[in-house]
Amino acid sequence: MSPRILLYGKRALTHALLAGAVYAVATDQVTSIFEPLSTPADSVYRAALLALAVCAAIFVTVVILLINAIVRYRHRPGDDASEPPQIYGSNQIELAWTVLPILIVVVLILVTARTIADVEDYPQPPDALKVTVVGRQWWWEFRYPDLGIITANELHVPVSESGRRQITSLTLESADVIHSFWAPQLAGKTDLIPNRVNRMWIEPKQAGTYLGNCAEYCGTQHAKMRLRVIAHPPEEFANWVESQRRPAAEDPQASAGRAIFFSTSCVNCHAIQGTSAKGTFGPDLTHLMSRQTLGSGAAPNTPEKLRAWVRNPQAIKEGCLMPDMQLSDQELDQISAYLLTLK
Amino acid sequence: MAAREIALTPRIGRLPAVAIRLHDLVVTTDHKKLGLMYIGAGLVFFVIAGSLASVMRLQLAAPNNGAVSPQVFNRLFTMHGTTMVFLVGMPIIAGMMNYLVPLMIGARDMAFPRLNAFGFWMFFFGGLLLYLSYLAAPGITGAGSAPDVGWFAYSPLTARAFSRGHSTDYWTLSLLLSGVGSIVSAINVIATAVSLRCKGMTMMRLPLFVWLSIVTSFMILLALSPLSAAQVMLLLDRFLGARFFDTQAGGSAVLWQHFFWIFGHPEVYILIIPAFACLSEIVPVFSRKPIFGYPIMVAAAVMIAFISLGVWAHHMFTIGMTSMGNIFFATSTFLVAVPTGIKIFNWLATMYGGKLRFEPPMLFCIGFLFQFLIAGLTGVMLGVAPFDWQLHDSYFVVAHFHYTLVGGFLFGIFAGIYYWYPKAVGRMLDRRLGIWHFWLFAIGFHLTFDPQHFAGFLGMPRRIYTYEEGRGWEVYNMISSVGVIAQVAGIMCFVVNLVRSYWKGEPAGEDPWDAWTLEWATTSPPPEYNFETLPAVRSSRPLWDLKHPEDPDWKYE
Repeated sequence: MSPRILLYGKRALTHALLAGAVYAVATDQVTSIFEPLSTPADSVYRAALLALAVCAAIFVTVVILLINAIVRYRHRPGDDASEPPQIYGSNQIELAWTVLPILIVVVLILVTARTIADVEDYPQPPDALKVTVVGRQWWWEFRYPDLGIITANELHVPVSESGRRQITSLTLESADVIHSFWAPQLAGKTDLIPNRVNRMWIEPKQAGTYLGNCAEYCGTQHAKMRLRVIAHPPEEFANWVESQRRPAAEDPQASAGRAIFFSTSCVNCHAIQGTSAKGTFGPDLTHLMSRQTLGSGAAPNTPEKLRAWVRNPQAIKEGCLMPDMQLSDQELDQISAYLLTLK
Repeated sequence: MAAREIALTPRIGRLPAVAIRLHDLVVTTDHKKLGLMYIGAGLVFFVIAGSLASVMRLQLAAPNNGAVSPQVFNRLFTMHGTTMVFLVGMPIIAGMMNYLVPLMIGARDMAFPRLNAFGFWMFFFGGLLLYLSYLAAPGITGAGSAPDVGWFAYSPLTARAFSRGHSTDYWTLSLLLSGVGSIVSAINVIATAVSLRCKGMTMMRLPLFVWLSIVTSFMILLALSPLSAAQVMLLLDRFLGARFFDTQAGGSAVLWQHFFWIFGHPEVYILIIPAFACLSEIVPVFSRKPIFGYPIMVAAAVMIAFISLGVWAHHMFTIGMTSMGNIFFATSTFLVAVPTGIKIFNWLATMYGGKLRFEPPMLFCIGFLFQFLIAGLTGVMLGVAPFDWQLHDSYFVVAHFHYTLVGGFLFGIFAGIYYWYPKAVGRMLDRRLGIWHFWLFAIGFHLTFDPQHFAGFLGMPRRIYTYEEGRGWEVYNMISSVGVIAQVAGIMCFVVNLVRSYWKGEPAGEDPWDAWTLEWATTSPPPEYNFETLPAVRSSRPLWDLKHPEDPDWKYE
């Protein structure tokens, strides 16, 4: 069998086995672990298919044995009251069903070990893009130490092309409790643990937006600690980097809102690069309007939602650590107008 | 004993009958009463924890639903998980072991009757303390209510900085108390089975139920102790600034995980082995054949217990262990599958060549075999560490452990309750209601938990109070919530059956199932002293020998 046919066979198997994967095709935002688009996710996928196939075979065998026993040996109305022959066991048979599983286990161990080595011990190339991910209640901070960029909730990375591989190497840390970075199509998850540095890597093969979530329960708003990874073609990524490195916009038309922003406690938690706002407790707002969502995926980043968020974040993400600032309608308009200039 | 009863009579004689019975329950040291109290309290907590889960399923039935707030939801899943493991699973197994072990080995009571009562009351007040948190945890700070840190309470969520008020302290203290209860009852079971066996009851003639009770009790000793130690350390952290787990003061979050799972994984087997124990008694009786391969069934249980002490970090494949660490724990996890497979095959072999009678106990056993097979296989998938990197903390895991603990453990326990209720009460449970219970609960179980595997494949994390539309999760969550209706209907049949049959059930007689172990050799319910004269046995099926003098078991041993 050629490898191609084998691959199609595997695909068919997945889709036949998993109603879930078939269903996912019809939805707009895929996060199925059976549609990997990145090298480590693909390695996992291959190991997973093998495990599924082995388990399916065992399942079918045992269920047939069980049903056969139920049907063949059921007590029938016409049976006499006598007891069936009393069998106490058989060493040969018991040996057989000890040895067979051990053989299966050996196969699984080998496949598992190989996949672990492929993913976990893969040497990171020197040209890998380095990003530090900091988990926070309940949002993500992304720092690009080599590029001098700090952003939040949406991780921008270059896509890996067949001619030129591009790996992104993530350093995972936490500022408070344990979180877990999980974008299913890109890689398995790895935890972000305070007082500990973890690593993982991704290699997206297709441009586009990949969705994910925090996958370790981290407190009240664990559910809305959502995650986006946006993979760009190389040139588009270069443009994104350039735009992110620009200082924050200073539009004179928004000076009223700017004045309010800098005279309230907004600056205690948020940073805007190149200004006196240097808070680190909340997301960096320098290029807020370049992001797709607010509150780590709690709402789309539209002018209306932005105003609603500033008015009372608790209404959109109950329990989040940004308080209702009790701003007047006029102040809200002005601050929103200022934030809208932070492109 | 008799003299004391007479002395008490004048004082309490004037009280109403209910008060006398309650007083009797409070002061009793009878293993049978304590056993039934354990099971009764466990079933009450089961209904409470099940109700909590129903509210969660209501919230998750549709995306962006607002039935409960995030804080309330987080408390619901914390209380549901904690209750199910510590206040449902643990007391029910303790109750069954307490009730059955002395009867099965031909003893008059447990080795330490008063310790037994002490263990029950520690568990019971531990449970009450946990639920007191809903009222009392705010304390003078007014912060919080029931615990909301999840049932494995990962540090540093439990540190003072992230868990204000006292809800976490209620969690810690109540588990510490009920943990003491579990440990003393385990000591008691081991001492009883080792030293109070009747004449002729050698270790290799013990009913498998007793063997597996010994194995489970040893595991309780080895697993609950580190948990209790960790709870004490957490208390020291929270009140004395000890810094074991408090990462803000330089502690280790991973250390808590090691402590918790070195308890937590054996705990799964602590719960499932008593279900194995029920099957190992019930499947033979309803197949009319002895258990296939008694010695290897014992050996397999001991092997499961032994290996399960070395698999705990498979709950931690995502914490960034070294590749060697991951490979080690993946390997040990696969190895558990071998003795577990032996058990399943031996039960099947027991059924082969038999004459199967599909009474309610046997129906639940067959449900167990089917569901536990799937639970085991999804467990193997999770043991493939890279696969676990994807599946960990997803709904696939939720489906997997509910297959183990509901589809496996609970079905096994239901089988046991249908089987031994006539012995404990003297009346049969209604057969038709039992069959309704089985089918409604089985259908509801599959509707609820089967779709969760697929939600997990599609990237749905566990412990989220809400989710967006458009990720393909909606349909699975809806089906999952609908299943609750059938489960609740099934449980209502069960409860009605338990209550009604207590007064109106058909009289059971000594031995309604035509069974073979010693508990069926005394009256139903057994007298306080269990046996008028202590029995003597010559094989592991003494009642078979009695009923078939022409072909007794002892000829083959």
